[in-house]
Amino acid sequence: MKTTGPAIVCEDLRKRYETIGQKPVDALVGLDLTANYGECLGLLGPNGAGKTTTIEILEGLLPSSGGKVEVLGMRWGEHDTQLRNRIGISLQETRLADKLTVIETVRLFSSFYEKQGDADEILQSLSLDEKREARVMTLSGGQKQRLAVACALAGEPELLFLDEPTTGLDPQSRRDVWEIIRRQREGGRTTLLTTHYMDEAERLCDRVAVVDRGKVIAVGSPAELIQRIGGDHVIQFALKNSNDSAESHVELFSKLPSVQACHVEADGFALTVSAPHECIPALVERLGANRLQLGRLTTRNVSLEDVFVSLTGRRLTAEELADKAP
Amino acid sequence: MSESQTIENAADGMRGLKPAAQRHSTGRASPLGQLFLARMRMFYRAPEAIFWTYGFPILLTIGLGVAFRAKGVEKVTVAIEDAAPLAQVRASLEKDPGIKAKVGTASQCADWIRKGEAMLAVINADGVEYRFDPTRPDASLARLKVDDVIQRGAGRPDAVHVTDMTATAPGARYIDFLVPGLLGMNLMGGGLWGIGFVIVDMRIRKLLKRLIATPMRKRDFFFSVLGARMAFMVPEMILLLLTGRLLFGVAVAGSAFNIAVVIAVGAVSFAGLGLLAASRADKLETITGLMNVIMLPMWIFSGVFFAASRFPDAIQPFIQALPLTQLNNALRAVISDGASLSSQWMPLTILAAYGTVSFLLALRIFRWT
Ligand SMILES: Nc1ncnc2c1ncn2[C@@H]1O[C@H](COP(=O)(O)OP(=O)(O)OP(=O)(O)O)[C@@H](O)[C@H]1O
Ligand SMILES: [Mg+2]
Repeated sequence: MKTTGPAIVCEDLRKRYETIGQKPVDALVGLDLTANYGECLGLLGPNGAGKTTTIEILEGLLPSSGGKVEVLGMRWGEHDTQLRNRIGISLQETRLADKLTVIETVRLFSSFYEKQGDADEILQSLSLDEKREARVMTLSGGQKQRLAVACALAGEPELLFLDEPTTGLDPQSRRDVWEIIRRQREGGRTTLLTTHYMDEAERLCDRVAVVDRGKVIAVGSPAELIQRIGGDHVIQFALKNSNDSAESHVELFSKLPSVQACHVEADGFALTVSAPHECIPALVERLGANRLQLGRLTTRNVSLEDVFVSLTGRRLTAEELADKAP
Repeated sequence: MSESQTIENAADGMRGLKPAAQRHSTGRASPLGQLFLARMRMFYRAPEAIFWTYGFPILLTIGLGVAFRAKGVEKVTVAIEDAAPLAQVRASLEKDPGIKAKVGTASQCADWIRKGEAMLAVINADGVEYRFDPTRPDASLARLKVDDVIQRGAGRPDAVHVTDMTATAPGARYIDFLVPGLLGMNLMGGGLWGIGFVIVDMRIRKLLKRLIATPMRKRDFFFSVLGARMAFMVPEMILLLLTGRLLFGVAVAGSAFNIAVVIAVGAVSFAGLGLLAASRADKLETITGLMNVIMLPMWIFSGVFFAASRFPDAIQPFIQALPLTQLNNALRAVISDGASLSSQWMPLTILAAYGTVSFLLALRIFRWT
C-alpha cells in the first residue's frame, strides 16, 4: 500500500450537467483539490456548491466534463476494479433494501470486496449491534445513515468517501461517526468528507477545502484558515435606537481600529478584529458621538464558521445578481 | 427456501466454530450467493409479491375453471313471442332438452336479444320470423338449432340419422386448453414484472448506484436476479399444474422433464425481455407503460384464453412472432398432447432467441445510475 504522496488529485475539474430542455448547469468550474495519504480532508460549502458532484466524480460514479482526476495513483476507466476494492463510499442519499436486515445488508456489501470486513465488528463500531436483526425499513433516519457508513466500511477501505455522513444524526450518533473517522486516520487511511457542521470539520479534519460555486476558494488546516481571515476575535453587538438601515453603519464600523471585516447579522453586527482592547473603546466613543446606544455586546474567538461566512458571504449578492439576470 | 436457509445455517455454524481472524481466509462469502440470498429474502418478505406470484394466478385458474366448467350440452336460450299462432312452435321448443324458452311480448323479446339474455327470438309473422344478431357466433348456431327443432316438430323427417357425441372427455375441454395458456401468461407476467419492476425500483432508490460503487461484478448481479426469478417460478408452475389437476382433472400427457424444459426456456425468454424493458427506465410510470405495451398484444393475440388461430390470416405472421404465442404453442403441445421436445424445436428456438438477444442488448444499454 502506497502511503506517501497524494491519495486524491484533481486539477481543473469541470462538470456541466446537460438536461434536455433546460439551461446547462456548470456545477464545477475548474476545481483543484489534493488529499494526502492518511489525512482527513473536509469539503465545506453552501448548498449547491458542487461538493456532491466532486465526490461522485472522484468515486467514479459520474463522468467529469474536463480536468484531471487521480485516485490512489490510478485513473477511472483504467483500474476500476482495483479502485473499487480499495475505496469505501457513503452516498449523500442511499436507500438500502427495505426488506433486508442490518446484518444481511452489511454481509452482502462485504461479500463484494477482496478484503471482506467482519460485519459484526463493523456494526459494533457504529453502535448498530442492537439493531442487528432489524429490517432496514424499521430503522430511524440516523440509524439508516449509520448503516450507510457501515456499508462504506464493509471492504476495509484505505480511502473513505463520506458525503454528509452526520446530517440529521443525534449527538451520540455523530460521535460514533467521528470515532470511525478518527480510527481511519489512526490506521493511516484517508477520508474525504463533506459536512455542513463547522464544529465537526474543525474537530475532525486535518485540512478543510471551502468550495463555492464550483471552485475551491480556500484550503488549509482549520487553524490556518482562521488565521488567514486576519483577526482572532469577533465582536458582536446590537444597537438599541437606530432608525437608519444597518448598511449605512457598516462604513463607520469598518474604519474602527484593528477591524478586518464588518458583517451585518440578523440582529446586529459582527466585527472581526485583531485587537479588541483598541476596538471596543473606539466603538463606544463613536456610538456616543452618533447618539447611538448599545443593546448588547459580546466577544469570542474566531471559528471556522466565521471563515466560512467571510469567504462565502459574497454568495448572497452573487446569487441575487444571477436571479436578476435572466 | 429450505436450501437458502441451509446455506445460511451452515455459514452461521462455521462462524460459531472459528475465531474472527481465521474466517478471512477460509469462510469467504460468495458475492453471487449473497446477492441471490438477498433477492430471495426481498421476495419472500414481501407479502404482496407472494400474492401476485402465487395467489392470484391460482385464484384466476379456479375462477376461469369454474366459469367454463363442463355443464353438459349448453342450453340455448330462445325468446318466443306470446302469440296464438305460435302455440305449436312453442310446445315443441319447450319440449327440447337443449333449449330454454322465454315467453313474452314482441317488444320484450327484442329487449332480451339486445341485452344478450336470449340468443334468438321467434316472432309471429307470416309463418315464423327469427330475429338475432348475426355478429354473435352463438346466435347463428341457435338459429340452426331452433329451426331444426321447429321443422322436426312440424313433421319434417331426418334425411340422415345422426347421434351427438360431445367432447367432455379430459384433455379436450376448455379448461385443458386454458391451463397451459395460464402457465404461459404467468411466465410472461412474472418475468416482466418480477425482473423489470424490481430493477427499476432499485434504480429509483439509488440502490443500483450504491451497488455499482462496490467491486461487485455486474454479471453476478444479473445472474442473481435471473436465478432468483427461476427459483420463485418453480413453485408457481407446480401449484398451477396441481390446481388444474386436482380441481378440474386437467390431464398432463407430457413428461415432467419436457414440461420443465419448455417452462425454463419460456421463463428465461421473458426474464430477458423484463431486463431489457428495465434497462434504462428511471420512473415507475415509464416501466409500467412499457410493460403494458409489451404485454397487452400478447394477452389478446397469443392464445391465452382462446386460440390464436381465430384471428385473421393477415395478422398471423405478427401473432406467431410473439414470444407468448410460441410459448403457449409449445406448452400445449407438451402438456396436452405429450409432444416430444424435438418436435418443439421451432418455438423453443424462437423463445431462446428472444431471451438471448434481449439479455445481451439489456447488458449493453443498462443504466446503473
Ligand atoms: N443531475 C443534475 N442535473 C442538473 N444539475 C445538477 C444535477 N446534480 C446537481 N446539479 C446542480 O449542480 C450544482 C452542484 O450540486 P451538488 O449536488 O454537487 O451540490 P452540493 O455542494 O453537494 O450541495 P448540498 O450541500 O446541498 O448537498 C447545483 O447547482 C445543482 O443544482
Ligand atoms: Mg451534496
